[in-house]
Amino acid sequence: MARHFDFPGGIHPPARKQRSAEAPLRSAPLPSRVVLPLQQHIGTPAEPCVSPGQYVRTGERIAIAQGMVSTDIHASISGWVRSIESHPVPHPSGERASCIVIDGDDKDEWQRLPVLNWRQSHHAELIERLRHAGIVGLGGATFPAQIKAAIGEHHRIDSLVVNAAECEPYITTDDVMLRTHADDVVEGARLMAHLCGAERILIGIEDDKPEAINALEASLRASGTDDDAPIALRVIATRYPSGGEKQLIKRLLNREVPSRGLPADIGVLCHNPGTLRAAVQAVREGRPMVSRVVTLTGAAVNRPGNVEARLGSLMCDLLAAAELREAEVSRLIMGGPLMGFELSHTEIPLVKASNCLIAATQDELPTAPPEQPCIRCGACETACPAGLLPQQLYWYARSHDHDKAELFNLFDCIECGACDFVCPSHIPLAQYFRAAKDEIRFRRHEALKAEHARHRFELRQARMEREAAEKEARRQARKAAIRRRSQDQGLSEDSQPTETTDNAANAVMEDDIKTLRIAQAAARAAVKKAEKALARASETGEGDIDDLEVQLATARENLRTTESRLSAAREARENAS
Amino acid sequence: MSLMHAEQTAIRHPGDSGRLMAWVAIATLPGIITLTWHFGWGVITNILLAILMGWSLEATVMRLRRRPIVATLRDNSALVTAILLGASLPPASPWWLLLVGMIAAIIVAKHLFGGLGHNPFNPAMVGYALLLISFPVPMTQWTAPLGLLSSQAPSLSDIVFHITGLSGTTLPDTWTGATALDAFKNKPETVMASEFWATSPLPEGARTAWYSVSLAWLAGGMLLLYQRIIGWQIPAAMLGSVLLAATVLYAVDPSHHGSPLFHLLGGATLFGAFFIATDPVSAATSRRGKLFYGAGIGLLIMLIRTSGGYPDAVAFAVLLMNFTVPFIDYYTQPRAQGHSRPNHGIKPPPSSNEDRR
Repeated sequence: MARHFDFPGGIHPPARKQRSAEAPLRSAPLPSRVVLPLQQHIGTPAEPCVSPGQYVRTGERIAIAQGMVSTDIHASISGWVRSIESHPVPHPSGERASCIVIDGDDKDEWQRLPVLNWRQSHHAELIERLRHAGIVGLGGATFPAQIKAAIGEHHRIDSLVVNAAECEPYITTDDVMLRTHADDVVEGARLMAHLCGAERILIGIEDDKPEAINALEASLRASGTDDDAPIALRVIATRYPSGGEKQLIKRLLNREVPSRGLPADIGVLCHNPGTLRAAVQAVREGRPMVSRVVTLTGAAVNRPGNVEARLGSLMCDLLAAAELREAEVSRLIMGGPLMGFELSHTEIPLVKASNCLIAATQDELPTAPPEQPCIRCGACETACPAGLLPQQLYWYARSHDHDKAELFNLFDCIECGACDFVCPSHIPLAQYFRAAKDEIRFRRHEALKAEHARHRFELRQARMEREAAEKEARRQARKAAIRRRSQDQGLSEDSQPTETTDNAANAVMEDDIKTLRIAQAAARAAVKKAEKALARASETGEGDIDDLEVQLATARENLRTTESRLSAAREARENAS
Repeated sequence: MSLMHAEQTAIRHPGDSGRLMAWVAIATLPGIITLTWHFGWGVITNILLAILMGWSLEATVMRLRRRPIVATLRDNSALVTAILLGASLPPASPWWLLLVGMIAAIIVAKHLFGGLGHNPFNPAMVGYALLLISFPVPMTQWTAPLGLLSSQAPSLSDIVFHITGLSGTTLPDTWTGATALDAFKNKPETVMASEFWATSPLPEGARTAWYSVSLAWLAGGMLLLYQRIIGWQIPAAMLGSVLLAATVLYAVDPSHHGSPLFHLLGGATLFGAFFIATDPVSAATSRRGKLFYGAGIGLLIMLIRTSGGYPDAVAFAVLLMNFTVPFIDYYTQPRAQGHSRPNHGIKPPPSSNEDRR
């Protein structure tokens, strides 16, 4: 076993992977109708580009990515677009969202993208392909893959980590997929390493997947050219949550992702094997993401196993194909038992984030006993993989003491649920922490909104001030023009002021002009600063561009105000002399 | 939110909070049995009365607070508090003494602060300290270690008569005797320790009795450690600091200080280390904090025993350290992953900038 390092805490829940891992990877039957949510990724929902009644082929783009963090959506079967409507989607609170519904024609006619050879294509072309093929991270976060692929432009990446740990109980998608498609995953890893400029590839896998490890070893021996980044297979001892991005990086490289940072900040990029396979299929075969591997398991299904299913298939159909005994189901879970959530019904589509469906019986995953008071026993502290004190966080989260919660590093919680699992008082700790985080984010958002409103108000004030200053300048200019005209007519002697007042007034005016010139320089500097902030924001994509534009406009108004005032003062001096 | 719970799976785990507390109660059995063996039925009457009072007080408060009564009693926290207080009081204490102690423990120390999990002070020790200050005479009258079966020992009926309070507040002289720590504490300054022990100041067999009771508490503590009900940090730090301080004092001046073994086994040190200081609710939180907390208790015990007014000091030491828990908690936060160093103190983190994900 390769040398590895360690993260604190962790738990050993019963794995219960055997039942679904025994069966070979199957293809789910082609669905007769699919429901494709416009948002199956983190970021902005895609915008539909088809209309009801239109014929689409499998792999045809039906919605276009919007903005930086977004990705295209493709038809997963061929047929006619039936409607674009609100439909229940997988969500803890049973939300509905906008979906494209396609009625299939059972022909499964494909429309593929042109085939590319990644070793010879330009980076930009490959990154564009990932976006147009709708590739997102399949490990659970569904982060658009093209952003991760392009990260080499801003960060120096030295290691690409393939996260095949799959530590959560029940889930076997990566395990089973690796047994059959290890070659694709290895090639995908090479492709991603090529794009981000990583010098080496590490595959992290837990030691409870011997068959997947064998398959990976075989494909590592068989493939690769001398130019490719070296690949090391690192087998680690099974412990939840080794598959957490930060935890796996710690175990493989002994590097810690900085708090509130990204793995890229320490030169690492992490990918799920499923994503790598999808990426390589998108490039090599021009196949957009229209399907994914999903584990169907739980004691209430007769045929547990992993199926490659079209996105948008309804979960009830998938479970029916796995011979669900509906009467015995006590809870239906999407995702694993520790981080997943319960579904209230099964008339919802399979999305890119759905890695596992558990139809559990009452004996298998009994309902949690009622919550009891926290006795601060410290079991959660022993289990926490982020080195936090969940018992303290719980205290502050419950009392909405957000500053204290942040002092105890609330935002470093990865919501793995290890603390819930061990809590003798059955407190849903992770749920409290998620709620507290949402609350803090919401408050920050509100504060930001208030600040933006203030900026807009300041712009209005600045504009009015500028208009007043310009009016004054025009008045002074007119006055000067009249005076000059009368001077030309030789009437100047009459209006000559006495010597003493003239000197005093002149001194005051000189002072005014000096002050105004300083103000003008400051306003000019403010404009430059605002311009720079805006330029930086539009380059990196961070920060609120609209707000920065408002701030820049305000600064420009202020500059014009000072300029008008200065010219007015100069005219006034001219008039006086 | 985890939909899977450790106690509902086959892995080794102490179970829910009620079972955790039940284990603590079970672990007190060796100590209680040994105490009874040496000091008579009065130990059992103490504990049984305290349990009855504890349950009724808890039920009353739950009724007043309109909370489920049975579910609360099942968390066994009142049971443990009652056992600990009952075992700490002199055997065959009168009923009113126990009642005052239990009211202070259950109602004042626990429920006035919000119930289980919210009490800043160890309830049993609040009760004990209150009694010790208010009723010094009955609180310092320990029965002599006459043995459970000896003919001189008071019979069960004598004891029942005594605890009803009908026989006055004091026990007959033939029953009582000072504890080893108490006797040593009251040793005249001019008498050397060796001379003092030569005068056999204690009733016969008292030292053996106290030592064996301490070892019985230790056995219970080992069970708690094995069952992972308690961590090793608090007992180890507390016993370590008691031993260290006692050794230093004994090395400097053996004629006026008890030996380290005497301090370890002569009083409630082991009982306190495994059953009192380890109360998770009122103890420090982090593992590092628990070390400081335990060491502080040990040092305070030795300080009060050698320079204070009380012969044994576990209750006061624990209560004083309970005060320091918030402070310890702020300064012993572990380093979270992704941070170069731990957050210390109560200042908010520097510029909590927007998290990027």
